[in-house]
Amino acid sequence: MSDLNQEMAERYKNNFLKEIEEQAEMGEWVKMCMQCGLCSGSCPTNFHSGWDHPPQEIFMLIRAGKREEVLNSEGMYMCTSCYNCYVRCPRKVPVTHVMHGIAEYAYRIGRAPKAQPTLHLSKTFWSNATKYGRVNEVQLTQSLYFKDGVGAGIKKGLEMKDVALGLVKAGRLNPLEALGMGHKCKDIKGIHAMLAKAEELEARNKAAKGKE
Amino acid sequence: MADTKTAAYICKGCEIDKRVDVSALVKTATKSGKMNLVREHDFLCSAEGVAMIQNDIDNEGVTHAAICACSRRAKTEAFNFPTIAMSRGNLREGVIWIRPDTEDARETTQEMAEDYVRMACAEVKAMQVPPGNQKTGTVKTLLVVGGGMSGMTSALEASKAGYKVVLVEKTGALGGWAGKLYRRVPTREPFKAPEDNGVADMVARIEADSNIKVYLNATIAKTDGAPGRFKVEIAIESGGIAQEDIGAIVQATGFSLYDANKLPEFGYGKTPNVVDQAGLEALAREAAAAGKPICRPFDGQPVKSVVFVQCAGQRDASGTHLQYCSGFCCNTSIKQAMYFKDANPDIDTVVLFTDLRTPGNGEDFYRAAQNKGVIFSKGVVSSVTPSGNACAVKFKDLILNEDTEAQADLVVLATGMVPNSGPDLDQLSEANRQAEGGDEAAKEQVVQLMSKSVLNLTYRQGPDMPQFKHGFNDSHFICFPYETRRTAIYTAGPVRRPMDILQAQEDATGAAMKAIQALENAGLGKAAHPRAGDLSFPTVRLEGCTQCKRCTVECPFGAIDEDEKRFPLFNESRCRRCGTCMGACPVRVISFENYSVNTVGSQIKAVDVPDEFSEKPRILILACENDAYPALDMAGMNRHEYDPYVRVIPIRCLGSVNTIWITDALNGGYDGVMLMGCKHGEEYQCHFVKGSELGRYRLSKVGDTLKGMNLETERVMDLEVAITDIATLPQKINDYAALIKSFPPSPFKGF
Amino acid sequence: MARKEYAFYPGCSSQKGASASNYLVSVESMCKTLDIKMTEIPDWNCCGASISYAEAGELPRHVMNARNFALAETNLPGQDIVATCAACWLGARESKERLEHSSGLMADTQTALKEAGLAIKVIPEVRHMVEVLIEDLGYDELKKPVKKPLQGMKFAGYVGCQTNRPFGIAGESFENPMYLDKLIETVGGEAVKYDQKVTCCGGALAFSEPEKAQGQIKDIIEAAYDGGAEMIVTPCPLCQANVEVYQGQINKRYGTKFDIPVLYYSQLMTLAYGGSAKDAGLNGNVVRARKLEEFAGK
Repeated sequence: MSDLNQEMAERYKNNFLKEIEEQAEMGEWVKMCMQCGLCSGSCPTNFHSGWDHPPQEIFMLIRAGKREEVLNSEGMYMCTSCYNCYVRCPRKVPVTHVMHGIAEYAYRIGRAPKAQPTLHLSKTFWSNATKYGRVNEVQLTQSLYFKDGVGAGIKKGLEMKDVALGLVKAGRLNPLEALGMGHKCKDIKGIHAMLAKAEELEARNKAAKGKE
Repeated sequence: MADTKTAAYICKGCEIDKRVDVSALVKTATKSGKMNLVREHDFLCSAEGVAMIQNDIDNEGVTHAAICACSRRAKTEAFNFPTIAMSRGNLREGVIWIRPDTEDARETTQEMAEDYVRMACAEVKAMQVPPGNQKTGTVKTLLVVGGGMSGMTSALEASKAGYKVVLVEKTGALGGWAGKLYRRVPTREPFKAPEDNGVADMVARIEADSNIKVYLNATIAKTDGAPGRFKVEIAIESGGIAQEDIGAIVQATGFSLYDANKLPEFGYGKTPNVVDQAGLEALAREAAAAGKPICRPFDGQPVKSVVFVQCAGQRDASGTHLQYCSGFCCNTSIKQAMYFKDANPDIDTVVLFTDLRTPGNGEDFYRAAQNKGVIFSKGVVSSVTPSGNACAVKFKDLILNEDTEAQADLVVLATGMVPNSGPDLDQLSEANRQAEGGDEAAKEQVVQLMSKSVLNLTYRQGPDMPQFKHGFNDSHFICFPYETRRTAIYTAGPVRRPMDILQAQEDATGAAMKAIQALENAGLGKAAHPRAGDLSFPTVRLEGCTQCKRCTVECPFGAIDEDEKRFPLFNESRCRRCGTCMGACPVRVISFENYSVNTVGSQIKAVDVPDEFSEKPRILILACENDAYPALDMAGMNRHEYDPYVRVIPIRCLGSVNTIWITDALNGGYDGVMLMGCKHGEEYQCHFVKGSELGRYRLSKVGDTLKGMNLETERVMDLEVAITDIATLPQKINDYAALIKSFPPSPFKGF
Repeated sequence: MARKEYAFYPGCSSQKGASASNYLVSVESMCKTLDIKMTEIPDWNCCGASISYAEAGELPRHVMNARNFALAETNLPGQDIVATCAACWLGARESKERLEHSSGLMADTQTALKEAGLAIKVIPEVRHMVEVLIEDLGYDELKKPVKKPLQGMKFAGYVGCQTNRPFGIAGESFENPMYLDKLIETVGGEAVKYDQKVTCCGGALAFSEPEKAQGQIKDIIEAAYDGGAEMIVTPCPLCQANVEVYQGQINKRYGTKFDIPVLYYSQLMTLAYGGSAKDAGLNGNVVRARKLEEFAGK
């Protein structure tokens, strides 16, 4: 167990629902689920492997206090952010956001599944986007391909070669971006300072919760 | 009768004159109909047309009028002549609207119209003007049995409408189940927290109401008489009897909780930490009185965790426990969970349910409970066992699909409601039969069953309200929920179906209004629903009666008792005018002035039956006036065509069909008889509850008659028709007509 | 002065040389015809997109959008922010809602913005290009400049997710929005009926778990073909890319023979308004829309 995980488990004792309500974004909605299953039935990825727990079950597991099962679940990372569950929920639970919030929390306390490809994408995307303020699509793609090492990256790169070539030909992929010559914000420094502050404030806010 | 003067009026409006030869109809009414006076009119329902008829009544002495225009269901305000006998020939919905406007169809359409004119003439000649029931009672006081929420509501509402009420409660206090509640499910916006049970306020209003007379610790010892003139004996606290004259009755005897002792698997009786919903209310009241939190009965320690088991002994498919959902208990558990959460949010409260059902505004209440942190889990409980000072609840989690267990200081079982509906009449009559044969056990059973009697009616059919499903008192399944099978006695609240307080109050209000309507109608000698206002009533030629008792047994409303000589004794005020007695009577001695064996029989005979060489069969349709006949009218309005060889006669109910009509029709050369009545059984739609069922049973014997006449059994067909079958009914008629045409013509033609 | 003026938020994919650069080209042409002036928000930054959910916390994501709000408000006062990308619109609009509904979140956001020397007074309206077309101009106005109706061409209007859910276009249903079909019809094309109009293309999973996303993409394309469509039209850059660029891989994986062009509504409008293939950015399509190229040349 990571330190933060241990700390949280202890802070909330056995009350995992409360832990999620306070620590995960939109976690306060978990208690409002009425177990109809419309979210699960509406999910476009509901037939894929890795969908170990559909949203309905995630909600139930939280209420049943099954901490490890929830935090280790792959289910949240199957989300394509299509918002089908969100608009269909008869209880107006923002299911998409709750799933995202739980995923982020699991990751934050170091309990998210290892080598989860979508989690990896999320991390890569954010660091790519915040490095220069705008996404560098070539570098994003490269860092995704090489996540499993150079060999695997080249193989995957070859597989995707046609896709990439097509985009280059169409003027929609600039190879120069690979060299960091792509789009950037001017005030990168300001952005970094702003984000550092935001992260600091967020950590402070979360840490203040759950303490009597 | 010397004073009889008959008249027929043929309307030419609504294009009747464009589709049929009206002058030929006039001839038909004169020659075949033998009417003293026959008139045609361009627009009979106009003020001028109506004035013409009224003038004939006033100045020409017309006493019997056959109005040949539209359906008897149309223009009833215009054709309203209460002082004379009147029949209606249905030329519009029944003829021109269901036939194509083609040259080919002209002949058969004309024949159809002429038959309906003949039938209207024949019918009216067999009718008399009903004088109205003379044996009326005009008592305007309402009896309300049961002083719970329903009963108190009925009493207050009736008083508000200006009626006197006698309210009888068997316990020492008004309030019933609601009075035992610590709080009730909210009735007002925003539906987020339990509220005061409201009983004290209602009791105060009743005590202050000079219209309402309350008997506490009292029961009904005897109910005799009929609507408008009930004589009720009340066994009062002192041991004596109080007499009350009553016009109509509301029975609001409520429910008891299903006995949790029948659920040993849920630990009831094994540990005091398992209670039913009433037990929890008691704990909550005690705690509130002592200013303490709700405590565990086992050791008096404050409850820190509580589990609610929904559907305990309910919705049971095995047949052991209640099969139905009681409807109120989910909201009750939500409310009880809030007792804990509102006092202390740290108390774990879990509701285990399979389907949470929250009628009314319960959905808001449910959400409020979730917001307060009550946990709702979809799960089926298999056992509750004592575990130390607390309980272990084993259940299957239906979402996670796993067997699991929860610990709880207190377990509350939602056991549901059992109606206080009195003894089952069928069971009682069987026990009585055996007891008369000398069976000692049966005698004991009779005593035991009678001890449960609520009304102690002196009716031949039994002392209480008939029951329907699961012991609840019968009230009309779909269409008329207040209507019962005893005229001017209305059941209200959970005694007739499971319901919560709000529903029961609404129900009780409606029942009070219906009861008032019934006693007013009784006072005027008029029928109650569904023939409200009908002044006819059954008369019997006792000299012809064979004392077979079919009428007394079959009357769906228990209207007929027996006199000392064992002849049927008609209590006209209890009668609903369905005619089931008339249909049942094998010697045909029962009739109504405006509806009798003869009014229908003469119509059957009036139809012109062409000979066997004409290739024009005749099919008689006897159609229930409540569903089938309106459906046929609406088929006409929608211009759905059907076969020109059918002749339709409306009947009050399938139950009123006397088999003589069928044998007369077949003997008269009809090729087929189609009967149209309402659905019967568990989901009956019959306005007279049992009428269609009794009629069908009677008609099931017609097959033997057909065989005896050497006719195909298909020549009599029983069709279940609902008022909504507008589009499908014509097709069914046509299919049947095609079947009849596939048989050779009836051999009885021309005899 | 132009008929309408907006603070333009093109987003990362709609820059020159980026994956939706042809979207940008066609939007510029379209706006020129419609006399809409779009002024880019100076130094705008990435919205964070939905996919950053796992790495980025709540506040950092909102702060990113808040920076754009502050820049727009300062430099382009009084103008609505208009995004062409569905994800940019959704991300920004979500941030606007949350910030406006939580004073705590707003206060923290202001503190963070201060580090970059910025502040928010009133957050401008955040709108999608399609909203501008439909609500500010209306179908009748959009029809007026049509010089060459796309007669006889059949399109599957693929709405997808994020212009449709959770906010959607006002007055449209989530299950069967009609605006895209109406836009197609406005420029003279035929909108075919098919059953995957609002199905998800797989979104970011197209990168991380291509086999899953490609299964969904296959269903969408198949349905479009079954509906009789010759081309697919979409309002979203990610939908466009996902449905277009993986057709070759899907063909390999499933043995299909997909070769269906996937266009932006703005490309159709540009062509119908008489623009050239270049004006419409047709050269930016990986699956070439030959029929439209021919049409543009006439």
